[in-house]
Amino acid sequence: MSELLVQERSVVVPGEALAQGMDFLPGDNAYRDKDKIYSKVLGLASVSGRVIRITPLSGPYLPKTEDKIIARVMDITISGWRFDTATAYSAMLNVRDATTRFVKKEEDLSQILAIGDYAIVKIVNVTSQNLIDLTMKEPGLHKIIGGRIIKINSQKVPRVIGRQGSMITLIKDKTGCDITVGQNGLIWIKGTLEGEMKAEKAIKLIEAKSHLEGLTEKMERFLGESA
Amino acid sequence: MIVNKETIAELAKENKRLDNRTLTEFRQPILIDTNISWTAEGSARVQIGETVVMAGVKLSIEKPYNDTADEGGIMVNAELSPISNPEFEAGPPGMKAVELARVVDRGIREAKAIDLKKLCIAPGEKAWFVIVDIVSLNDDGNLLDAAGLAALAALKTAKFPVVDAETGAIDYKQKTDKSLPLTKEPLPITVYKVNGILLVDPSLEEEKAYEARLTVGSDAKGTISALQKGGDVALTIEEIGRMIDLALEKASFLRKELTKALKA
Amino acid sequence: MVYTKRIDGRKIDELRPMEAKAGVIKNANGSASFKIGKTWAIAGVYGPREVVPRFMANPKHGILRCHYTMMPFSGSGERIKPGRSRRAQEISMVMEQSLAQVVDLSAFPNSVVDIFVELPQTDAGTRCAAISAACIALADAGIPMKDMVSSVAVGQVDGTVVADLNYNEESYPAIVSDIPVAMLHNTKEISLLQMDGEISKQDLIKALELAKSATEKVYQLQVKALKEKYAVNNEDN
Repeated sequence: MSELLVQERSVVVPGEALAQGMDFLPGDNAYRDKDKIYSKVLGLASVSGRVIRITPLSGPYLPKTEDKIIARVMDITISGWRFDTATAYSAMLNVRDATTRFVKKEEDLSQILAIGDYAIVKIVNVTSQNLIDLTMKEPGLHKIIGGRIIKINSQKVPRVIGRQGSMITLIKDKTGCDITVGQNGLIWIKGTLEGEMKAEKAIKLIEAKSHLEGLTEKMERFLGESA
Repeated sequence: MIVNKETIAELAKENKRLDNRTLTEFRQPILIDTNISWTAEGSARVQIGETVVMAGVKLSIEKPYNDTADEGGIMVNAELSPISNPEFEAGPPGMKAVELARVVDRGIREAKAIDLKKLCIAPGEKAWFVIVDIVSLNDDGNLLDAAGLAALAALKTAKFPVVDAETGAIDYKQKTDKSLPLTKEPLPITVYKVNGILLVDPSLEEEKAYEARLTVGSDAKGTISALQKGGDVALTIEEIGRMIDLALEKASFLRKELTKALKA
Repeated sequence: MVYTKRIDGRKIDELRPMEAKAGVIKNANGSASFKIGKTWAIAGVYGPREVVPRFMANPKHGILRCHYTMMPFSGSGERIKPGRSRRAQEISMVMEQSLAQVVDLSAFPNSVVDIFVELPQTDAGTRCAAISAACIALADAGIPMKDMVSSVAVGQVDGTVVADLNYNEESYPAIVSDIPVAMLHNTKEISLLQMDGEISKQDLIKALELAKSATEKVYQLQVKALKEKYAVNNEDN
């Protein structure tokens, strides 16, 4: 007799029993041991059909191809730059993937990107050892100048962006800031000092409360208050 | 938060900071809790904004040094634990920890905050030795000022342990109600110069954008007992004068916070 | 005289009062504070992050590295000189092995998860408190784990099998054995087992059985600490 042992959207800890019986299937971050399904992380349980999956409340970013991230130049090599991605894995950007213009052989690469510079880049390849190749050649990808960069847990990025970008658009409108969200949890905010502070607070609020009900209303209320 | 150093420098020129504080404002909250460790003779936990440090006082009875046969001793040690900052490495104290410990130490020692002669038990034979250990728990900037405050709070609330009258052995499990002979309240305040502008209590990001800094240790009367300049950029005498004024003002502010906390 | 009444009046299976909180160190990826009686451990987790020194990296999965440190003022007697003592090194190692059994770092080759534990005050049961704190911190950091690990010392004092010995019991003037145990919650498998003292096999098995209910009490607290952090009524709206 199969039985669900947890409620939808309840917080579960690693090893917590989610369901009993063979009718249920373990989805993301869940696993089966004999006739029970358990959680593998601290997160929110959700059931769709027979699949139980856990949305982590926190956790490391796993680099994926096509992800847009914000990273910092930590080294300049003969062929390009090495980036710190705020994960365990550094990423390489080759000169030919950095710009559409022709770069001469003797050109000083630090004129394009210097050590310590931040940039919005895209992951084009991830090896089995999690080594990452980047590109900066597409529209929307560039070196970051000005503003501030904040870091949130990468698991919260979907909530900060919102369904079809609704949440991030709301924050941009109400604060007048340009905001770029990296999938690795780094977020670039550029606007007035007050606008940036408000946007930072709003994003931190989402990070702290995203697992609770009524997030959109909370955010509208927070952003509706005068700066 | 991560920022380009230029942003902090630009804001400073307009007398602005990333979190909208004034240049002379300390972060909130400022929390001071004492007697947080039952194994220490005195202890404190200090939080300034998100920076958290703990300090503990341990006393022991040793033979005095030859050239100061009628004095006890005091030493300050600091551990910048890797638990507090992902850039700190495990292992023996690095330059930052050593500098922090020595500056806090000098502030207390040179102010003669503790009358070392009063720590003497039997000249040439036995005296009390005081060691203050500071451990960082979360580094969000300005560890030195937080450490100095924690050390002072721990020293102020420390009590001598019971000593067996016959054997002379210390019973660390029992405390007397006798406090340390602390006559001054030395506190270090570090003033930072960013893009020509002076500010106090920098966050971790603001610390990275500094050109020069001056730590000023002072007592309640305004007498300076320690100075330490850091950073690659030079300071004018006029700047130093302004930095000292600012440091004395903020030291007085923190002393008031400490008094408030000890009364509660 | 057989030890029937415990020095501090507890029942033989009663643990000292405990307190646990998740998320206490802002800079860390995950953290926790765990107190049992007067023993207090603060754990902070950083990672998965790049391995330094590089030669320690494992290309198949991430590695776990524990760093156990007693603050210089946390010993029950004299000051503890800072620096890695042999005891701290051994405890760090058994902690690693105890937690490695539940942690799954297969998705993070060539990386390390560093666990730092600092203790501001101690009164026996320190490695157990360190493991219990570290486990909460790992979960708080979102590290994949198949189960939680809960740890407490059991033992035997002058013929009586007890749970959670304090310092006075460890140094009781009679035959004593102090047995730190860590247990996986679901399977009740033991991932840490050490012993100081003397004990018969019969009493040892009795003590390990007692560890089941003792570690369960720790587990309840660990779960509470994690869930409390995300509780609905934990809002400051």
